[in-house]
Amino acid sequence: MSTTVSSSKPGKPQPGGKGPDTRAAAVSAKPVTWKTPVLLTAFGLVALVFFGLLAPTQTASFGISTGSDFFQLPAVEVNAFAGGLVLSILLLGLSGYAVYLKTKDRHVPGWLTVAFIVLFTAAFLIWVVGGARTPSISLAGLIAGSVTLAVPLVFGSLSGVLCERVGVVNIAIEGQLLGGAFTAAIVASVTQNPLIGLLAAAVAGAVVSMVLALFSIKYLVNQIIVGVVLNVLVSGVTGFLFSTVMQEDSDRFNSPPGLDAIEIPVLSGIPIIGPILFRQSLVGYLMYIAVLVVWVGLFKTRWGLRVRAVGEHPQAADTLGINVNATRFWNVTLGGAVAGIGGSFFTLVAIDSFTKEISGGRGFIALAALIFGRWNPIGAFFAALLFGFADNLQSIVTIIGTPVPSQFMAMLPYLVTVLAVAGLVGKSRGPAASGIPYVKG
Amino acid sequence: MVRVLKLELRGITKRFGSLLANDHINLVVEPGQIHCLLGENGAGKSTLMNVLYGLYEPSEGEILIDDKPVSFRGPGDAMAAGIGMVHQHFMLVPVFTVAENVALGAEPTKAARFLDLDATRSRIKEISDQYGFDVDPDALVEDLPVGVQQRVEIIKALVRNANVLILDEPTAVLTPQETDELLDIMRQLKASGTSIVFISHKLREVKEVSDTITVIRRGKVVGTADPAASTTDLASMMVGRAVSLVLDKAPARPQEKTFEVRDLTVIAPNGQHVVDGLSLDISRGEILAVAGVQGNGQTELTEAILGLQERVSGSVRLDGKELVGRSVKEVLDAGVGFVPEDRKVDGLVGTFSVAENLVLDLYDKPPFAKGISMSPAKIMENAKARIGEFDVRTPSAAAAAGTLSGGNQQKLVMARELSRPLRLFIASQPTRGVDVGSIEFLHRRIVAERDQGTPVMIVSTELDEVMELADRIAVLYKGKLVGVVPAGTSRDVLGLMMAGIPPEEHSHSPQAGQAAGRTTINTSDAEGGDHA
Repeated sequence: MSTTVSSSKPGKPQPGGKGPDTRAAAVSAKPVTWKTPVLLTAFGLVALVFFGLLAPTQTASFGISTGSDFFQLPAVEVNAFAGGLVLSILLLGLSGYAVYLKTKDRHVPGWLTVAFIVLFTAAFLIWVVGGARTPSISLAGLIAGSVTLAVPLVFGSLSGVLCERVGVVNIAIEGQLLGGAFTAAIVASVTQNPLIGLLAAAVAGAVVSMVLALFSIKYLVNQIIVGVVLNVLVSGVTGFLFSTVMQEDSDRFNSPPGLDAIEIPVLSGIPIIGPILFRQSLVGYLMYIAVLVVWVGLFKTRWGLRVRAVGEHPQAADTLGINVNATRFWNVTLGGAVAGIGGSFFTLVAIDSFTKEISGGRGFIALAALIFGRWNPIGAFFAALLFGFADNLQSIVTIIGTPVPSQFMAMLPYLVTVLAVAGLVGKSRGPAASGIPYVKG
Repeated sequence: MVRVLKLELRGITKRFGSLLANDHINLVVEPGQIHCLLGENGAGKSTLMNVLYGLYEPSEGEILIDDKPVSFRGPGDAMAAGIGMVHQHFMLVPVFTVAENVALGAEPTKAARFLDLDATRSRIKEISDQYGFDVDPDALVEDLPVGVQQRVEIIKALVRNANVLILDEPTAVLTPQETDELLDIMRQLKASGTSIVFISHKLREVKEVSDTITVIRRGKVVGTADPAASTTDLASMMVGRAVSLVLDKAPARPQEKTFEVRDLTVIAPNGQHVVDGLSLDISRGEILAVAGVQGNGQTELTEAILGLQERVSGSVRLDGKELVGRSVKEVLDAGVGFVPEDRKVDGLVGTFSVAENLVLDLYDKPPFAKGISMSPAKIMENAKARIGEFDVRTPSAAAAAGTLSGGNQQKLVMARELSRPLRLFIASQPTRGVDVGSIEFLHRRIVAERDQGTPVMIVSTELDEVMELADRIAVLYKGKLVGVVPAGTSRDVLGLMMAGIPPEEHSHSPQAGQAAGRTTINTSDAEGGDHA
């Protein structure tokens, strides 16, 4: 019963989880807790001590423009000590306001949390860059790189959205990414056509998904277990084929022609935005299209309404003549295809060859992005961007040489993931029937 | 939309494995009639309707519409043929709006299958106005009261141009006032040409609204009855033998007050006060019935007394001993017998034998246990005695408890709880899903326990049961005590109390308070010495 926490209605104790009383007014009475104010205050204090009081005295420089922009903006230069101090005081101001709201028994608004995260990130950047051997980074490069690293995460979390919205938990995103990456590499190498490789990746992801769908929907095997087993299976199969086939003749089997960035003239020259939106590979453009299509599809079309109904209350859908299990099967398959395309990013865009475990656990980060983004394609997109940002920051910061050991910086993406999913967003409610097989009658 | 439609079921048989749920059922629903299917729980009414609605495929027999045979491969086919169904457990997506729920499955669309919810909204408004429903198409379903959710279900059927509307136990979740409103809606629908199949086991409603009554027992049609037939006749047709509907119980002779609840508050994991500052007491030899619509804190109240809830404040005293903060084991050892509301989940272990289930709370005590070993012979002996005493219909004492029927499972739980000397007996929904014959028996046992001088607390959402068993009635609404009133308080007063209106605000009701000298007793601290 503790899972019904978020339904939060007065006088609705939900005996046995059903039979709602419901005379209760439609007031959202989620209890106001100390969690957010306390967390914010703690982070504010950390910021004050490290980024403010213990700040390095160098001046941090952030480049805004890249050489190919059609006009140049000057780099932003900030004194690390002053910047850190100002920002950390601002942060403490925000956390103080959160505490004040709590004493008035009011919720901390979403904008406050977002503003806190942005300011904290800025303070952290100034501190890290200010303490580095070369206190200068390109902000434009940082952001563009974040988007690039986020591409497979976005595809992975879209796959998760498509599956969970229809009521199937997809732990196998990792396997779908990896399967896509491998297939794209080998097919593109053999055919010498990256587009065919891209298509093959989608098919490979779909095939992995079909196995998940078959076992979880038809044979009612626990979805988490099937997912985990699939991840291990795909990892084993691709690893085996890599060392037996690919490495034997890597010219023939593991040198796929890449998908190069397609620049849109003029627009790609806009500082910061240009490289993100208008200087992407085909897979990158597909990502933006996929996010929009999935969002519109889920919330504006007949298909989406049915999909969501199946994920929330399959019996209700069934009594209205919707074929629950067929809907689930095809949606999960579609999700796999989407993740497969995401996998092709590794071998067709990022690196021009396949290696063992090339997806490196990003399928699981995608899963976190899905939850952080509250099962919404656009939310998942931004969550994936955040994780991509943490990932990219880690590598850039290691290059410029910070006082922080690189191992700690390498933890950053995962630390952000844990904090994001566990803490700041509050409890989010996924589709009610997710993970529960539907048996008629 | 008046399209005359005659519906006929001919020789419908439905088997689930070896179980025969429907046995050659013949039924004709004439156009524009309210046709009642009367039968006990488990008689096969819902199965029959699920066959008619295309959810189950019949093993034999055929469905005819306007004398032409049809076959439904799914609910979609049934709906296309003009059949709509309001299920006992509503088939609404809680996080969808009313409009989304109504549209689902038959979505009006614009180009490229984009949803056209405006079309649905205007249809809802139209129907709402026609029948005086007052339903906001943009409200989230989970925020709506049960009565309104039911109207959404009816709208769903009407939007699909249903000419035959099946209502499966529609009044089970309603307050008496909401029930009256529903019966009015049914009459309106009938007047506008919709036939209704009304499934119920509540005789009062059936008599009030039906044109024809078909009685089903153990999967067979046992006959048709006239709505004018007497309640007793209908009941005996339903059960198959004469039943006495009125429990002859002697007036209570309450003795000293031994059970007291003071300012009990239970906080749910989401921070809600699901039981809120509740105080009541029960004397020895008295039955206090806790009434209220399901989900108003009854479950949490009983669980808090038993020690199953975590965040509990206030005081619960039995024989002067504090129970709050004690473990369940200690509470049971203090002499509390407890029949939980969901017997299958909380009352017994389905895969254990009947004999084992009968000693679930006593397995570690002599004579059933000796040191670390159990004594199977004694457990068997005990089982035979209880099975006989409570008339539990089971193939043997070694049969798995999960294989028994609902009524017999309930007898089993009751037999276990009443088999030791009690200082307090709590029964939650003691007769939910139990056949009428067993209800009579269970009620007699509860009264017998009272007459032995045990304080008894009954929690029930069935007003009939509350009125029949109670010596005093406590009504809960949103976790708070609305009031404690004497037995014999009228249905109307109780119904308003169940909607949260305290008795003093409508105390001029003429029938109220025949039993006691005073009409109402004030909220939250009805004095123990008040009973007649």
